[in-house]
Amino acid sequence: MQSFDLEAQGLRALNSALNAQSSETNQTVWEVVNAKGSHAIAVGLDAPIEVNIKGSTGYYCGGMNKQATIHVHGSAGPGTGENMMSGKIIIEGDASQYLGATAHGGLIVVKGNASSRCGISMKGVNIVVQGNIGHMSAFMGQSGNLVVCGDAGDALGDSCYEARFFVRGSVKSLGADCVKKEMRPEHIEFLNDIIAESGVDAKPEDFTRYGSSRTLYNFDVDNAGAY
Amino acid sequence: MCGIVGLFLKDPSLEPMLGDMLTDMLVTMTDRGPDSAGIAIYGGETTGYAKLTVQSDTPEDDFAELDIDLRKRVKGKVSITVKDTHAVIEMQADQVAAARAALTEIRPNVSVMSHGESLEIFKEVGLPKDVAARFDVRGMSGTHGIGHTRMATESAVTTMGAHPFNTGPDQCLVHNGSLSNHNSLRRRLRRLGVHIETENDTEVGAAYLTWKMQEGATLGEAMESALEDLDGFFTFVVGTKDGFGVVRDPIACKPAVMAETDQYVAFGSEYRALVNLPGIENARVWEPEPATVYFWSHNDGPTAKEKAA
Repeated sequence: MQSFDLEAQGLRALNSALNAQSSETNQTVWEVVNAKGSHAIAVGLDAPIEVNIKGSTGYYCGGMNKQATIHVHGSAGPGTGENMMSGKIIIEGDASQYLGATAHGGLIVVKGNASSRCGISMKGVNIVVQGNIGHMSAFMGQSGNLVVCGDAGDALGDSCYEARFFVRGSVKSLGADCVKKEMRPEHIEFLNDIIAESGVDAKPEDFTRYGSSRTLYNFDVDNAGAY
Repeated sequence: MCGIVGLFLKDPSLEPMLGDMLTDMLVTMTDRGPDSAGIAIYGGETTGYAKLTVQSDTPEDDFAELDIDLRKRVKGKVSITVKDTHAVIEMQADQVAAARAALTEIRPNVSVMSHGESLEIFKEVGLPKDVAARFDVRGMSGTHGIGHTRMATESAVTTMGAHPFNTGPDQCLVHNGSLSNHNSLRRRLRRLGVHIETENDTEVGAAYLTWKMQEGATLGEAMESALEDLDGFFTFVVGTKDGFGVVRDPIACKPAVMAETDQYVAFGSEYRALVNLPGIENARVWEPEPATVYFWSHNDGPTAKEKAA
């Protein structure tokens, strides 16, 4: 295992070292200590490596991630996993604003709560939150799934496209064009799989699905495959 | 962008370290606000006495013999402690109005930064570490304090545009964000006779709270009505003689993190500002909810009151 002291060695050196890893690397497990809320930890990774960050992180941890598994053993700051393409981010504590903004793929798991604008403009990422999420979550969400085991704040899914939202608890209010939808067998099956993969504590049958009523944008069923 | 830090001590044994801890927090927030910095500190008080913290661009001229000149105009003892461009003048509490009136005549270039029994405000243009060093903030002790690092967006980089702003006796305000209706609100308040010195948006926010309290509102009520009357982005942290409060606008895009232990309640624009506080690893850390007024006070327990957006 590679160990990296962020305070002593610096952020630029850390990200250079992580960015230098390829899919053939044998340095597959990394540990980062003294994170102390620093910004932009482990951004732009593109290798199937595992990065364990001890402590809390600041802005944009794991941004643009491809392939890597980033495990934050603390809470994560604003914009964590922004524009992630693939891979996995696990946050043991809480996540701040706009978690997984514009993210195209991969999985983000939050063991605590996520703040406002969780999954804003999500474009294919799956986000699973054990606790609650804040207001304006999944605003303009285009694709992907937001699974919330707790409650959702105001204006969930405002102006959303084809992203799906599964909430176990209450929703304070739904945003414009976001409506409650029926749970079909494929949704139960999806939840079964993602709950197992995320390691959160929930039963698929307890969730309610929400999504776009497709009245705010020009939805044409012939284009459904584009989402 | 701006940076806010705040520290409210529950454990009196930390009081001698307040300035030191706040300075570390403030300097960490330099990249959120490198153009000016300020600190409001609630230090010791003498019963029956009050403090005016004043500022001058030419302290050698303005502060020379200021105590002697003031003694001719106000009753009782007057003492002065000069710290760089600022000076703390202590006098009998009932003489503050007389002293302020006298100052405008005998030292017209001096600005009042704060007034109150325990509050002192120090603020200047420059990097936070330099500002803190000029006033020797590290050496200050106190029960609680608030600091601000500014990245100006709405008005000029000047001493008077720096934060904190004094909103009333022993009360102050710092702001991260930008108010979009400050021009119309400034005109409205000026018509009502409220003195507003600069074109700064936060000063309007501070003047608004002062005016509301003069009209009979408590600070908590004034902060709740701010949610109605102020348009724009804000995370406000306010200091009072025995506590501090936090309120964020309903959209709450300006960051805020709080931490609480048995020893203190701390506020930071980012978690980075809190990482060196004692026992932070086991503190309760959370983000204050939008449109919710929080208060901590030495006299009462903490309160959080949600105001519907």
